Amino acid sequence: MKHAETIPVEVAHIEQVTPLIKQFTLRPVGVGELPSFSGGSHIVVVMRAADRTFRNPYSLMGSPRESTSYQIAVRRHDGGRGGSLFMHREVALGTQLEIAHPVNLFPLVKLARKHILLARGVGITPMMAMVDDLDESSCPWELHYGYRGPGHDGFGARLRARFGDRIVLYDDSAGDVPEFARILANQPLGTHVYTCGPADMIKAVDQAARAAGWTGSHIHSEQFTAPPVGAPFDVNLARSRLTVHVPADRSLLEAIEAAGVDAPYLCRGGVCGQCETDVLERDGELIHNDHWLSDAEKAGGMKIMPCVSRACCTRLVLDR
Amino acid sequence: MAITFKPDETFRGDFSFRNSPEAIRRFPFPFTADKFQYSVNIEPHTAGPRGSCCEFPIDIDEHYVAECRERAWCLATTSQRYLALPHMAQAQWDVLELIMSSLARDYPEHFHLERRGTRWNWVNRPLGIENRFTFGDAKTLPYEPLEYITRQAQGDWCVLDQRDGTLWLDAGMVTTQADWSLDFDLGMNFNEWHGPVPLAAELGVFDRALKFLMNLQLTHPVRRFNWTMTIHPRLDTSPEEYPRWGPDRTIVTRENAGDLAHLRVELQALWRLPRSNAIVFSIRCYLISLSELVTVPEWGRRMHRVLKGLHPALVEYKGLRRIRDTVVDWLSSYDAE
Repeated sequence: MKHAETIPVEVAHIEQVTPLIKQFTLRPVGVGELPSFSGGSHIVVVMRAADRTFRNPYSLMGSPRESTSYQIAVRRHDGGRGGSLFMHREVALGTQLEIAHPVNLFPLVKLARKHILLARGVGITPMMAMVDDLDESSCPWELHYGYRGPGHDGFGARLRARFGDRIVLYDDSAGDVPEFARILANQPLGTHVYTCGPADMIKAVDQAARAAGWTGSHIHSEQFTAPPVGAPFDVNLARSRLTVHVPADRSLLEAIEAAGVDAPYLCRGGVCGQCETDVLERDGELIHNDHWLSDAEKAGGMKIMPCVSRACCTRLVLDR
Repeated sequence: MAITFKPDETFRGDFSFRNSPEAIRRFPFPFTADKFQYSVNIEPHTAGPRGSCCEFPIDIDEHYVAECRERAWCLATTSQRYLALPHMAQAQWDVLELIMSSLARDYPEHFHLERRGTRWNWVNRPLGIENRFTFGDAKTLPYEPLEYITRQAQGDWCVLDQRDGTLWLDAGMVTTQADWSLDFDLGMNFNEWHGPVPLAAELGVFDRALKFLMNLQLTHPVRRFNWTMTIHPRLDTSPEEYPRWGPDRTIVTRENAGDLAHLRVELQALWRLPRSNAIVFSIRCYLISLSELVTVPEWGRRMHRVLKGLHPALVEYKGLRRIRDTVVDWLSSYDAE
């Protein structure tokens, strides 16, 4: 299996940074260092609970130059599949986990003449590492961070302490919100903007940038889409000759994996395309939750992204 | 096991390059069928059989010292063979780390690497090099990191930046190429630098290959093989040097084809790089004369059939037009069928 090679790590430190977000420090088990990585990278953390295995992607927050530990931050979701709850409630100092090698789907563009980073809530995590890379370069940059209210600005305060005026903070509860049109206006040619936050924020930035004349190649985003829960359904795996039941609180990919089938994946968040699967037979509708397939492909109903999408079908046969 | 190097072999002038029986045995004969066709022949770059050219991710063989001398000569006497755009500085260090750590791990008799934080000590015994330097500080090395380390490695090395939905050839050390120009291609993207290749685009080969490479992951390198033919064991067949090697295609005869005509196989490997998220693409060149090749009977037969049945567009693109019939004629006596 492509991702069989994981790195065993141990939780060395846990910090409650905001009421909803915990930061975990991961050290390699035994001797050795962790691989270097590029800012914007994430790792898939394998969490083995009693009755199921979670594989959740988390951005690397620490310095890419720090090889003795990795830092990740997890926002607690009470109504999800339970991965973040597992991290918050079951993981303690000394807990051993497995992590995959870093993958970067949200890199800084090396030819940019200026970088503008926009984040909200836990979306700040990839940028904590990116600013470390930016600090090594001589390229101008600025970061705008929105948080929900007092007590939720832990990461923002750290960044202000380190980088001063390059960091602009917005307290939601005080009615302070970033005006994307104003931030993006009058930027020099060659400026790139990077957004990490909820879907509506990413869309708003994209619209404001394009309205200001920015080209798509200079607008980048990363969205943390946890696989949405939904009504349970059954799926037939043609090549594996199995029928798999997908419970409400498990993704289609997780259910396939739990059945012992080795399905390809990479980001586990519906954006990279690696898990794209052909639909061989279908009687019903697919529920597409990804950002990979084109509108035409989604409408066609012949492809699905099992890491985040679901189905409402009386019969569904996949090429797995 | 230590390798016996042949440091005085030449790849120009008197062309004293020869393969030992061991080098012939481990030669990466690329044809798996009697007919050759382009395909996305990418496979995981995993360990091959012991003693093979794929046993280790970066291969050193008996020609190592001679090839490094040839590269140094090339860099001193021709220009634009090493080029690196400024934004690839981080990627250069990634490549230096990859090559140094691979060689030190896989050939401990010949190479040694000691790391203390950013203070590194590198020993290259075959070339008599030892350098203490600070990883990340180019002032502590005699050349830029990419040039420094590729002067000590066989094969060409291209570093590709990943951005804007494709890959860009933004740095390279290219002295053993099969007729393409780094100077001309520097800064081009994947589809642009593959422009001249016939037939493959229509087959969708490049679209699939690019999609695959965009998702190339750390610790999971891939490889593929490419081939052409060269007259004399000449590594430097760059377009800029064509006046030097072009005329060789007119001197091949039925009598000398066995010694002059060489199969040239490129073992191409691609690695994702950690700090820069770039990709390094190595093109490791293996040469074998037809006389050496036919000492393996199956190879002689297959080579004959592949060349005889080669698509005309490929004959043209691989520069074989002037020599093909002569070479097929020479090989025919090794194919009883």
